[in-house]
Amino acid sequence: MRQDSLFNLALYFGGFVAAMIMVIMFGILFKGSVLSIKNFGIHFFFGEEWNPPMEKFGLLPFVVGTILTSILALSLSLPFAISLAVFLGIYCSRGIVSNILRHLSDLLAGIPSVVYGFWGLFFLVPIVRNLEIKLGIMPFGVGIFTASITLAIMIIPYMSSMIVELIKMVPRELVEAGYSLGATSFDVVRKIVFPYIKSGVISGIILAFGRAFGETMAVTMVIGNVNSVPKSIFSPANTMASIIANEFPEASSGLYLSSIVYIGLWLFVITFIVNLLGNLIIRKFRVGENES
Amino acid sequence: MVIIKKQEVKMMRKRFLSLIIVVIIFGLLPLKAEIELVGAGATFPYPLYSKMFAEYYKQYGVKVNYQAIGSGGGIRQLMARTVDFGASDAYVDDKGIKKFPAPIVHIPIVAGAVVIIYNLPIDSHLKLSPEVLADIFLGRIRKWNDEKIRKLNPDIELPNKDIVVIHRSDGSGTTFIFSDYLCKVSSEWQKKVGRGKVLNWPVGLGAKGNPGVAGLVRQIPGAIGYVELIYAKSNDIPFASVKNKKGNFIVPSLESVTLAADVPLPDDMRVSLTNTDSKYGYPIAGFTWILVYKDLANCGMSREKAKALVDLLWWMVHNGQKYATLMHYAPLSEKAQRKAEVIIKSIEFEGEALIK
Repeated sequence: MRQDSLFNLALYFGGFVAAMIMVIMFGILFKGSVLSIKNFGIHFFFGEEWNPPMEKFGLLPFVVGTILTSILALSLSLPFAISLAVFLGIYCSRGIVSNILRHLSDLLAGIPSVVYGFWGLFFLVPIVRNLEIKLGIMPFGVGIFTASITLAIMIIPYMSSMIVELIKMVPRELVEAGYSLGATSFDVVRKIVFPYIKSGVISGIILAFGRAFGETMAVTMVIGNVNSVPKSIFSPANTMASIIANEFPEASSGLYLSSIVYIGLWLFVITFIVNLLGNLIIRKFRVGENES
Repeated sequence: MVIIKKQEVKMMRKRFLSLIIVVIIFGLLPLKAEIELVGAGATFPYPLYSKMFAEYYKQYGVKVNYQAIGSGGGIRQLMARTVDFGASDAYVDDKGIKKFPAPIVHIPIVAGAVVIIYNLPIDSHLKLSPEVLADIFLGRIRKWNDEKIRKLNPDIELPNKDIVVIHRSDGSGTTFIFSDYLCKVSSEWQKKVGRGKVLNWPVGLGAKGNPGVAGLVRQIPGAIGYVELIYAKSNDIPFASVKNKKGNFIVPSLESVTLAADVPLPDDMRVSLTNTDSKYGYPIAGFTWILVYKDLANCGMSREKAKALVDLLWWMVHNGQKYATLMHYAPLSEKAQRKAEVIIKSIEFEGEALIK
């Protein structure tokens, strides 16, 4: 009995601390950005200019840059991640080839992001520049497109390894029942496996999206760091995480520093909203499952 | 059996506990044993400072712990009194000085310079004038074979290529010195862009740190950028000579940077070395400073520690200077050294001077 109540207490304490850290983080970010909130209010979000010498600060270029790179990275990596997961989970779930592939993709998740940045800068940038010359655009080589490709490769293992685990959780009987009815592997994947793991796949996607959203180092190195609203997917731009990392260490004046913290607050809020939306989608899918 | 085991466990616990206590006591002891000075700030002089502090420790046994967290961070930490000294590549302006809880002083340690690097298939130094430089970074001159650049470089065959401007994306003293220079030579730059560690650039791409800028310049044919002289020198990157205020084209070097500071200087040494009246000085240069409270008692340190800090500063502007050239930094000019001496002598502890 005593052990049980101790266990309960430990659980409550752990949960409470985790929740409190979130609240405290929000509180500190809010406190740090009060000066900027007072000065700019909601206009901060829609401001298109980031001009520290004139003390004019606006968030829009970075929001657009962040959302564009993340969504582009997600849509570039999704087909690869899903096909890798299906290949490892169904078509080739055992054997040397499968093992090698799995280890390689796990390795991909373990590479430090600065290494991805270097790879992007020295390998990807010249390729993108050649492409831009062919397309007749100003050939910078760096920009949203290059950053998205780099990010896409970084998030593939996150999604694929999660989906592989989910596929393994699909009851054997269901899959075998499908095969015994004469379904092809493609049919089994499409009609049995994916409907079963739908909500899990969505949370894997959200996890990967969060990773792309907050990535700093690799993006900074290949996005071009231009603080204006991007005009196309080849334009150089900047992201919220990247501008914080770039400018925080040298920011000394009050309003400037406060505006950088304010970006952090917005990053916090937007990530929160994305997670919330993700949870809503998952819940909706779950309800659908129960009905059927 | 069971009883013995319990006793053993008790013994082990006791031993473990006493071990922890001993470790904690030993962990606390060295704090009292020797003086350790703590500083934080600029990354630009970091290689030099770590060399200087290592030598100083060897010679005098005073340990200096310096964290290169950036000038802004150094200023913030000094303001919060969490460090004994701060270091910065840009001096604190009058508005900023008022925010400190007590008066501070600036001590110049060495000078650095900003050089213009480019990616062009040429062998000799490109020559640039202030007007052309401003026009390039304003986005006015967009091609390398522009008549204004050709006029300055009649011997060089310049390609019909787009100029791609590369600037720093992170806040940096290098950007401050460069923009300070452009403000002085171009009223349009002053009005449109201004000076600062981060700017709202009219054209170009941003890259993080000196390596980032140099890397991007190397990657993009026709690119132009700016990095610290030390970085360009130690990596053998070609750089441009720039026309100074007296009309001479000066190739940046340690000597020409020291010469830039060989002009009348203000007593508090809060001065920029860009576009000075020096005849053979390189025009895009600047000091890097160490910042301390004028009365060190304000920082909550003991008299003993305050004396150690002042001695260290004195050594840095005298004997320590020989490490500057060794590490590619420009040492203080004669005039700058005299001024620094006066400032160090003015540092007090509870109203009393520490060096006479």
